Amino acid sequence: MSTITWITARGLFGRRRFLLLLPLPLVLLGLAVLCRSLGVDPGQWGPAVLVGLGLAVVLPVVALIIGTGVLGAEIDDGTVVHILTKPLPRWQIVLPKLAVAAGVTAATVAVPIYVAGVLADSVRLGLALAFAAALGALAYSALFLALSLVTRRPVLLGLVYVLIWEGLLGNFVSGTKVLSIQQYVIALADRLAPTGLLEATVSVPLASVMTALVSVGFTGLAINRLRSFSVAGETS
Amino acid sequence: MSTLNLTGVSRWYGNVVAVNDISMALGSGVTGLLGPNGAGKTTLLHMMAGFLAPSRGTVTLDDQPTWRNPEVYRRLGLVSEREAVQGFLTAYEFVLASAKLHRLADPAAAARRAIDLVELESAQDRRISTYSKGMRQRARVAAALVHDPQVLLLDEPFNGMDPRQRLHMMQLLHTLGDAGRTILFSSHILEEVEQVSGTVQVMVAGRLAASGDFRTIRRLMTNRPHVFAVRSTDDRALAVALIGEPSVSGVELDPSGLTVRAGDYGAFTRALPRIALNKGIRVRQLVPSDESLESVFSYLVEA
Repeated sequence: MSTITWITARGLFGRRRFLLLLPLPLVLLGLAVLCRSLGVDPGQWGPAVLVGLGLAVVLPVVALIIGTGVLGAEIDDGTVVHILTKPLPRWQIVLPKLAVAAGVTAATVAVPIYVAGVLADSVRLGLALAFAAALGALAYSALFLALSLVTRRPVLLGLVYVLIWEGLLGNFVSGTKVLSIQQYVIALADRLAPTGLLEATVSVPLASVMTALVSVGFTGLAINRLRSFSVAGETS
Repeated sequence: MSTLNLTGVSRWYGNVVAVNDISMALGSGVTGLLGPNGAGKTTLLHMMAGFLAPSRGTVTLDDQPTWRNPEVYRRLGLVSEREAVQGFLTAYEFVLASAKLHRLADPAAAARRAIDLVELESAQDRRISTYSKGMRQRARVAAALVHDPQVLLLDEPFNGMDPRQRLHMMQLLHTLGDAGRTILFSSHILEEVEQVSGTVQVMVAGRLAASGDFRTIRRLMTNRPHVFAVRSTDDRALAVALIGEPSVSGVELDPSGLTVRAGDYGAFTRALPRIALNKGIRVRQLVPSDESLESVFSYLVEA
């Protein structure tokens, strides 16, 4: 394990905000178990829990907390200087951090959504949701990691993207769905396990290409921004 | 030996000019970067360390730019002012992580050597979050020194240190400077510099106001009288004799001794022993009472 990965992981698990991650997946899991045990028809609760809660809230919010934390927290408290004063090409800093963010997000979200998918329909749906959520975790993490280098308020901006752009505008202006990671994840999961529970609004090729583009593009942006990383002086 | 070169460096934020057309070349030895708070010291240091692009001018380390060039960190170490460390690490882990990130051949040995250098062995296995301010500072210096850099930049390194730690840090800086390394530290507290370094770069309001040996700088500013506190066996007789001396512009007699204002530093310090000897007066004390950097600052600000 690289030193950057080690420091990032220790920083992430050592901070209290990491505890914020626990309730959301637990709620997802709890609701799925509750609905199943009460014998509610999956057609009734499936879309709401799997998409409305799992893919629209738990995945992006967990990705937001972790993605803006792996580098943003170090920028906030100034410890990033220790990593930056090393003769490392900047991609060697961004990629391990992205790997930690995407990996932890994927692990945190994939497990409950897999269980929820199994309870709602089948193992196949569970696996499809877990896989698509992992890809979504990568795209979201790249986006939020880059945000933490572009703006001083990455969490706020990230929330605006998740809640306003993906959540609110997606319901009224269908064009915004083309630029919605959530829609890519739904399209991919629906393709892997076609059920009546997921409603894809973008095509699978578009979803695949855009997921890759978002992941690569924002990673590239983050690397480039880190190359020109400025430490604000006391006068600024 | 490495040389840090600044050529016509300016940096502005919008309408505010933080650093204004500074040129300097830093070679081996210890140099103090002085100036009141807000003079632009940190901005200048950040540009030297590659953490800020100059708005105009160039900053180079051995002819390589420091901006957007991580390779310079093989020869450059930085101790920033912000007291930021990963508190969940022990000092040893923290310094070892630095050594590994530098890809040193034997990171464990390098980490131990650096911790040794700052005398932190006894606390090296405790979490940094339990450290005092001075200890944290030393842990950060150890991390910056772990790859044995030719150039070490320190932003306000003495902040929060007690006198003993301060003394130890000064000795460390001098040892490094004497070994041929280029050490630059910033400070707004004058006594720190007077004890560490004779060479200073004085910044006032973003400009390089003076550079060189700070006592020399003071002497060059002959437009204001130099003030000396003198005590002798017969202050009154000495005052009478001194006022006849062309280099003396004023003498004040009070119970604690004489306050002498001299227009010419060299002429007065040569004349005083001669006068005292002629008059049979023994000089007990001669203290240049305004030769602190504080007064150097205030002269420069007024000028």
